[in-house]
Amino acid sequence: MTKMTLAKALNAGLRKAMEDDPKVLLMGEDVGKLGGVFRITDGLQKDFGEDRVIDSPLAESGIIGTAVGMAMRGYRPVCEIQFDGFVYPAYDQIVSQVAKLHFRTHGAVKMPMVIRIPYGGGIGAVEHHSESPEAQFAHTPGLKVVTCSNPIDGYWMIQQAIASDDPIVFLEPKRQYHADKADIDETAVPVPLFSSRIARPGADLTLLAYGPTVKTCLKVAEAAAGEGRSVEVVDLRTLSPLDLEPVYDSVRRTGRAIVVHEAHTNLGMGSEIAARITERCFYSLQAPVLRVGGFDTPYPPSRLEEEYLPDLDRVLDAVDRSLEF
Amino acid sequence: MSLLGPTAQGGPEFIQLLTPEGQRVEHPDYAFDAGGRDEAEVVRGFYRDMVLTRRIDTESTALQRHGELGIWTQLLGQEAAQIGCGRALLPQDFVFPTYREHGVAYCRGLDPLRILSLFRGVDQGAWDPNEHNFGNYTIVIGAQTLHATGYAMGVQRDGLVGTGDPDRDTSVVAFFGDGASSQGDVNEAFIFAASYNAPVVFFCQNNQWAISEPIERQSRIPLYQRARGFGFPGVRVDGNDVLAVHAVTQAALQYTRDGNGPMLVEAYTYRMGAHTTTDDPTRYRMSEELEYWKLKDPISRVKVYLTRNGLADHAFFDSVELEADELGVRLREGCKSMPEQHPLAIFDQVYVDQTPELAEQRDTFAAYLASFEGAH
Repeated sequence: MTKMTLAKALNAGLRKAMEDDPKVLLMGEDVGKLGGVFRITDGLQKDFGEDRVIDSPLAESGIIGTAVGMAMRGYRPVCEIQFDGFVYPAYDQIVSQVAKLHFRTHGAVKMPMVIRIPYGGGIGAVEHHSESPEAQFAHTPGLKVVTCSNPIDGYWMIQQAIASDDPIVFLEPKRQYHADKADIDETAVPVPLFSSRIARPGADLTLLAYGPTVKTCLKVAEAAAGEGRSVEVVDLRTLSPLDLEPVYDSVRRTGRAIVVHEAHTNLGMGSEIAARITERCFYSLQAPVLRVGGFDTPYPPSRLEEEYLPDLDRVLDAVDRSLEF
Repeated sequence: MSLLGPTAQGGPEFIQLLTPEGQRVEHPDYAFDAGGRDEAEVVRGFYRDMVLTRRIDTESTALQRHGELGIWTQLLGQEAAQIGCGRALLPQDFVFPTYREHGVAYCRGLDPLRILSLFRGVDQGAWDPNEHNFGNYTIVIGAQTLHATGYAMGVQRDGLVGTGDPDRDTSVVAFFGDGASSQGDVNEAFIFAASYNAPVVFFCQNNQWAISEPIERQSRIPLYQRARGFGFPGVRVDGNDVLAVHAVTQAALQYTRDGNGPMLVEAYTYRMGAHTTTDDPTRYRMSEELEYWKLKDPISRVKVYLTRNGLADHAFFDSVELEADELGVRLREGCKSMPEQHPLAIFDQVYVDQTPELAEQRDTFAAYLASFEGAH
């Protein structure tokens, strides 16, 4: 049992994956000597060498494109994109090659690649450092998209993602990297990677969150409890595929659902989730499925991000609207 | 203008071992190596390879005209560049092609029907790249050069560079064209390969045209000179001279296998056909240019050389023609009788581990299709 932050848990998970399989390689900008700008790969190059922890030239398409070749040669590359807003130079390689090679070759080529992306806002950063691009990747067949919200999931999910033979976009809520510590039992049996999880049970309303908004929603549930309202919180964990059976069960019990994410609301994950809940739980719904997300503007200057990001009050406001519908 | 030939852009003459008139010439740095076999026999083999490759191309063009293929990417005029390179490869070397490397595919032993199935729309070029160490056709321009570089970095990590064992040391060839040289991915591949000293031969077929855009739109300097700026050697070879391409590629492959890092080969050639069967070059280039390049045809110069020097007789040329005719028949019949995929097949090709939601979508569609069974 070890107490760890999300950053340390990811580091420990990466280390374990590299120990377990010599084909696992890490690659990215500043991941070697520096240990990554968030220190997620801290100390790994020292222990596994420069051939396995590769400091790359500053070219995101180059990172992903060469990782495609390494995967074809039998390696399992784990690529770090330094910040969410820097993934777009690699977008073509991810969408046109990584996602399609297995399909193009009828399975002859596998892409066991993990693309790690620190994402989300709340750290007072400059432009391009606070974005939430998950829907762009979840919209792409051939990719799988997961996101962790806490140290325990970080430790296990990164190992499970690396073990997957399908390419995975692995989103890490950077705001949580150094926020909270949790006890990690390295001998525990982890829950499956592509499964959602009830983070807090409740009876009156279901909040659907992932990554950075899980913590927000847990606070919302706590606050709502003070007002006598029982709010269930689901941590979705996997965005593509979605694991919504537990969500349908929840909504059939509560009759109310709100999806909360930092990404732009228009055509965000909430849109798809709301559509599916409506298709599957139509007669159980007491209110329309609501969405609370980032506004449909580019991510604002950091002095405005508190207003832009879904926070306790905005989610509570939506809870009120749903319950009063 | 490319009509003026290779020196027009300020570069030196290219490496040439067989002139357009069929004269064997020598070069101080690159000699043709028949690999211990009878040189005439090897050259006859190249001739046969090029004729069969051209037949694959002309038959496929005809199949497109007959509506049997959706589109075809013609290689007419680039046979020497592809056969010279393809025949210099060792079995352990690995190729990352564009969508026009039909001649290299032929050298690697890939059945041309596998390529036709892509252009017929039956699949998307679904061959297993490990079967012939020949990667899948890549349509996004230049993307494969990064794949080649990463693959070569894997080869390095496998310890298969610079061991001195000719059966193990491995090189990776990244094919691309003059148009692709403008792509970020190609430039990033140059940088990554140089930075990690990866065993990659960047093989550029400069066929002068990127659909309608001439080489002058892509580069102010001869393309092979770009390599210098990235810190590795680049050479220009007469891409219509199969002997020179073979000699230069062989040297480049060995240079990279020995652990010296990447090398760029610019095969200076000409796209005698259209970009694809949907293109119309009469809208953007002069017919005189084509006439000029016809005089430099890669196949006829070999035929002249073999005939003039008494290295091949009529019986040989007739037998190659006959073989090409047989290949044509096989391609025509094979193309038309190609089995189609079942519509449900696509659902199972997306992931290694199928997702429940895609399986559900498949089942729903299967039930929908089944609802028409027995209906009139």
